[in-house]
Amino acid sequence: MKLLKTLIATTALVGAGAMAMAESHGGAANPAVIFDLGGKFDKSFNEMSYTGAERFTADTGITYREFELQSDAQREQALRRFAQAGNNPVVVAGFSNATAMATVAPDFPDTDFVIIDMVVDLPNVRSVVFAEQEGSYLVGLLAGMASESGTVSFVGGMDIPLIQNFQCGYAQGAKSVGDITVIGAMTGTDGSAWNNPVKGGEITMSQIENGSDVVFAAAGGTGRGVLQAAADAGIMGIGVDANQNYMHPGNMLTSMMKRVDNAVYDAFNDVNNGEFTAGIQVMGLAEDGVGYALDEHNESLITDEMRAAVDAARAAIIAGEIVVHDYRTDNTCPVEIN
Amino acid sequence: MMDFLTNDLLLLSDSAVRNAIPLLLACLAGLYSERAGIFDIGLEGKMLVAAFAAGAFSAIAGMPAYDGGWEMGAWSVWIGLGAAIIASTIFSMIHAFASITLRGNQLISGVAINFFAAGITVLIGQHWFRMGGQTPQLREGQRFEPISLPFAESLKDVPIVGDIYYQLISGHNIIVYFGFIIVALTWWVLYRTRFGLRMRAVGENPGAVDTAGISVVKLRYSALIITGILCGLAGAYLSLGTAAAGFGKDMTAGRGFIALAALIFAKWKPISAMGATLLFGMLEAIGNKYQTLDLGFVVLPGQFMQALPYILTVVILAGFVGKAIPPKAGGEPYVKER
Repeated sequence: MKLLKTLIATTALVGAGAMAMAESHGGAANPAVIFDLGGKFDKSFNEMSYTGAERFTADTGITYREFELQSDAQREQALRRFAQAGNNPVVVAGFSNATAMATVAPDFPDTDFVIIDMVVDLPNVRSVVFAEQEGSYLVGLLAGMASESGTVSFVGGMDIPLIQNFQCGYAQGAKSVGDITVIGAMTGTDGSAWNNPVKGGEITMSQIENGSDVVFAAAGGTGRGVLQAAADAGIMGIGVDANQNYMHPGNMLTSMMKRVDNAVYDAFNDVNNGEFTAGIQVMGLAEDGVGYALDEHNESLITDEMRAAVDAARAAIIAGEIVVHDYRTDNTCPVEIN
Repeated sequence: MMDFLTNDLLLLSDSAVRNAIPLLLACLAGLYSERAGIFDIGLEGKMLVAAFAAGAFSAIAGMPAYDGGWEMGAWSVWIGLGAAIIASTIFSMIHAFASITLRGNQLISGVAINFFAAGITVLIGQHWFRMGGQTPQLREGQRFEPISLPFAESLKDVPIVGDIYYQLISGHNIIVYFGFIIVALTWWVLYRTRFGLRMRAVGENPGAVDTAGISVVKLRYSALIITGILCGLAGAYLSLGTAAAGFGKDMTAGRGFIALAALIFAKWKPISAMGATLLFGMLEAIGNKYQTLDLGFVVLPGQFMQALPYILTVVILAGFVGKAIPPKAGGEPYVKER
């Protein structure tokens, strides 16, 4: 009981402290961010939201509150707690939070909510979705050009439309180079598919046996096994979400970056400047929401020719000359995936 | 046809062996425990904690001193293996204490072990490495490398025999070979030693064993120590012997439960356990290689392959293919009559 009291007191203090600080800086925002299962330092999706939130604090001096989800049951509770405590905006990353968001947001019409990677159609919710197919197209193009065997492959996490969209964009990019075979595989159909590096490695090995020499992993924690198997076999891997090039320098062609940090930063900033807009916000190549990573770890692997081609494709997509098909619009992919 | 045999079937079998090893070790671990009359659904948790200990200690042992490591070089992987066995045995002893000494419910204790392992691994991992519960990517000397058996290279070109020797038998890591040795060893212990006879007896009729003046408690504790060691090997294989190259949250992904299914499928016999886990490993390999399996008259989705181990277990339990009778005293705490 004493422990509980201490906990409550501490929470109250921290809350009050955060609020006081926000007021003292005169900003309109009192932001809060919720990290999805997988944890704040997952070197991927959640860590990107953390980076965005930290950048906001560094720029404005306004602190934010945060919560790391430990189980599905906490989704609604966490949202409600932050809204009740007067936090604005409340940002949550992860498609699994849509149901909780749709339940909680109508109860707090004056609070601005942001959900990343999913659409919740409510007047006070901004839904940030990424055009993963555009970024995947670019890394697919690089994969197609880097491949010597003419076969590239994809390993996805859980079999959901979001991940199919990565695969479809990747295949479209690879096939734009010429006669390239694309092999695709999903790790599984439930949540464990995000955390099964052993299986990811096995899938990659069988793809390598089938001739693949570039593999793109869009599979959360499973990707670690995929990229390691690629490095062990001496072929190229492509990372996802964050810049993962550092993991196996020399065997990482590039990473498909999804700028979740920008989405979080923009949300915080917009509320702070009184410019918040609800509705769907699509972050594609034009908005710098997706892209391919180029750093000291992979610059020797990307030839001038490849760089020219990928930059031309990027410009063409932004200009609308190349339209990359979004798998989610009709649940089909226009190109063949073996 | 020859091409299919040499390429696809051999590669599938190779993958099947790799998939089967953690299942085989966990299955044998369960065999010792259940044959001694202690149900153990905590195999998953013990494997998980072993995988974590292996990944964490191998990483720390191999790290340079300025990062707080021990600079043990090629010995790191053995430190990891030792840590895995110790961690898993500690968990096994918790289970033993709850179900033998305290005469608690063995199923509940097993479930508790699973939850405890899922939580504690991520908690400690985050505290030590700050990577969202993952351990650092393991490098050379921190992982088990494939062993090339003698004459593998020179026999490579001999048809069939050479192919089988080079592709299937050679080129695995040491735990794989160890796993098959343990099958033989288990058979010998179980059917040819006094300890094995007593252990089997204590699972069927502990009262009779007690009457003969042999300590039931001691026998059961010994069996569970062996269970702990074998689960430790299984977990160490996952993080040190596969492409995962380290620990990731929940990386066992249900393998402990498939091992239990295999144990029932094998009717609690060691040689059959090897057959069952190799079969399950083969099913997984097929599911990994062919996302959909076209048999000509019907197209099977990959998920079917993943579900098959469970379906087969249910079929066996339902008594369609022989009868699976568990050790008679399993699940019952032994109370000495006064």
